[in-house]
Amino acid sequence: MIRRILQRPADAPLLGAPPYRREILSGWGGTPKSAADVFRIRKTADVRRAFDHHLERELPPERGSFIARGLGRSYGDSAQNAGGAVLAMAGLDGVLNIDLDAGTIRAEAGMTLDSIIRLVLPLGFFVPVTPGTRFVTVGGALASDIHGKNHHKDGSIQQHVLGFMMDAPQGVPVHVTREEQPDLFAATLGGMGLTGVITSATMRLVPVETGYMRVDTERATNLDDVMERMLNGDDGYRYSVAWTDSLARGKSLGRSVLLRANHATRDELDGAAERSPLAFSEGFGAGVPAWVPGGLLRRSTMTAFNEAYFRRAPLEQRGRIESISAYFHPLDRLRNWNRIYGPRGLVQYQFVVPDGEETALRRTFEMLSGAGCPSFLTVLKRFGPGAGMLSFPAAGWTLALDIPAGTKELDGLLDRLDRVVASVGGRVYLAKDSRLSPAMLAEMYPELERWKAVRAAMDPEGTLRSDLARRLNLV
Amino acid sequence: MKDSLGRVQSILVLGGDSDIAAATVEAFRLRRTEKAILAGRNLDRLEARATVLRECGMTVETAIFDADDVDSHAQFFEETFARSGRIDVVLVAFGVLGDQERGERDAATAVAVARTNFLGAMSAAVNAGEKLRQQGQGSLVVLSSVAAQRPRRSNFVYGASKAGIDAFAEGLAFALKGEGVQVLTVRPGFVKTKMTEGMKKVPFSTTPEAVATAIVQGVAKGDELIWVPGLLRYVMLILKLVPRPIFRRLPL
Repeated sequence: MIRRILQRPADAPLLGAPPYRREILSGWGGTPKSAADVFRIRKTADVRRAFDHHLERELPPERGSFIARGLGRSYGDSAQNAGGAVLAMAGLDGVLNIDLDAGTIRAEAGMTLDSIIRLVLPLGFFVPVTPGTRFVTVGGALASDIHGKNHHKDGSIQQHVLGFMMDAPQGVPVHVTREEQPDLFAATLGGMGLTGVITSATMRLVPVETGYMRVDTERATNLDDVMERMLNGDDGYRYSVAWTDSLARGKSLGRSVLLRANHATRDELDGAAERSPLAFSEGFGAGVPAWVPGGLLRRSTMTAFNEAYFRRAPLEQRGRIESISAYFHPLDRLRNWNRIYGPRGLVQYQFVVPDGEETALRRTFEMLSGAGCPSFLTVLKRFGPGAGMLSFPAAGWTLALDIPAGTKELDGLLDRLDRVVASVGGRVYLAKDSRLSPAMLAEMYPELERWKAVRAAMDPEGTLRSDLARRLNLV
Repeated sequence: MKDSLGRVQSILVLGGDSDIAAATVEAFRLRRTEKAILAGRNLDRLEARATVLRECGMTVETAIFDADDVDSHAQFFEETFARSGRIDVVLVAFGVLGDQERGERDAATAVAVARTNFLGAMSAAVNAGEKLRQQGQGSLVVLSSVAAQRPRRSNFVYGASKAGIDAFAEGLAFALKGEGVQVLTVRPGFVKTKMTEGMKKVPFSTTPEAVATAIVQGVAKGDELIWVPGLLRYVMLILKLVPRPIFRRLPL
């Protein structure tokens, strides 16, 4: 046995180390792919074994590095690690505890919001924050400090996290809470997985009477109109988001469909919904073929789509009952929807500008529509106050776009948008970023140096790395 | 790292004092590339190129690299990658035209062309390819030539050497495809540079700047083969079908 260990060839795993193999990875945008040794993590101890195995090989720092990956739903390069190791966490997906009295769940890092919703909805609970997809892991949610349509009311996921377990290659597993390790907590929520590998987390759930939403829809004729409606009306809704036509010009600049909702109560339901109010329905599902020609989504098709979407929406409709998945996760019905962008993939761009900087927001709309930049899904939303060092949300207006990566002169346009956003104290979202420059990052995130110091204390030799970290000189 | 819009952070150029190399580094610089390593035989000429780029705010290193001395290549790549940490693009830009007339009669002349253009480039490509494979992402750009496509009476010594590296690069692209590494073969037509100074201009000639722009785009798009100008792809498609007796007589 001992001889076998000693004579182990360089690439064979240590006994007990989780199996790994070289794989090509990319983010949900399908842009820059890179190869890494991917370790399948099935139990918490596998994380430590993967660290030890890889460290024992004494590879140069670039190759002897790690990053955790969940379901790969970040758009950019945050969950890949060219030449190094990637810990595939999605197999570490158990529930450790559900406390119905306190309304909390303790889950392993690879558990998805989808599984949590399926598990807790029948018990009368919902997740405190959900992004536009249910297919994100708990670990990824924390690392990106995800937000949802309720940010103006409930904040990002960090406001609902009671604590988490984290391990780092050069450290020991630590239990992190906001009270006991405020710096580490603030650096990890939104820290893009670079402060350590989260293995489990405890978060608060939201009690709900039903699995349905009571949705109000309004059409807003332009940017001023939608902003005014949001400023005046968002307080009455737990969830609020505006779908926006980024290609509309002139008087229609920023025309939007405002979709706002609250959880429906039992007496608001009828029919089948009334009979099983807490049932989870994911709706009709379809997939996109593995290969789709490029150029399907272009300015002409998107202009037509936007026109149709805007016209189809009711001028004003109150109290429509929709299932949770229909309201929060319409795109989840179309598996691999990112493929419709063709082989070149898509670039997501999401920024926030502070309250009072509405002029800058208007300016970005003018730049986007002036450049004829085709964005299939443009979403405008209000943020409440944020917290943390690299966490994205901050009180103000956030706009998210997704644009085909092959779009002409996209680099110049987005660089100019960066400057407008940074000049008014705004920032872009790292979980979606795949093209920001290091200098811009420092301008947008004033606490970057403090974050780097906390990071360095957790990982002095820089063994936690990702392609995003390299691109933005984070490590 | 390469970003989602195909911009890269660093580039290593072998044959760093050539006109195409200089134009290419400049084109990358304009798309945010911060660092260049210029390698070649003549340090003075490399430094002259480096000075210009440094004035534009780029971080530039120079290094001695002898394409003909293939035994030195492994060490060169080992050290250069160790020093830089990561290199996103390796451009194999060195090459000699050789003396066609002498090369037809004097074996040493012909072999010298093949040594640089084929053996040297092949050795550099293998070494660079392995380094890029280890780092899990990168682009290897190999300068071939339209002359690699069909031997012409007027420059088949050069053409044969380029045909060799062209074939090798195509194969290497297959081998590295699943490793996150792009191998981009560039087939320019006649390029007006100091290498071709005094030569008779031919149709579909191009400039170092056009080649540079095409390379930057090709790297961004993840292409495996580009022609400069792009129309040459179709011109050569037809020329390759021309029967030998006729092709021999064409004024090319």
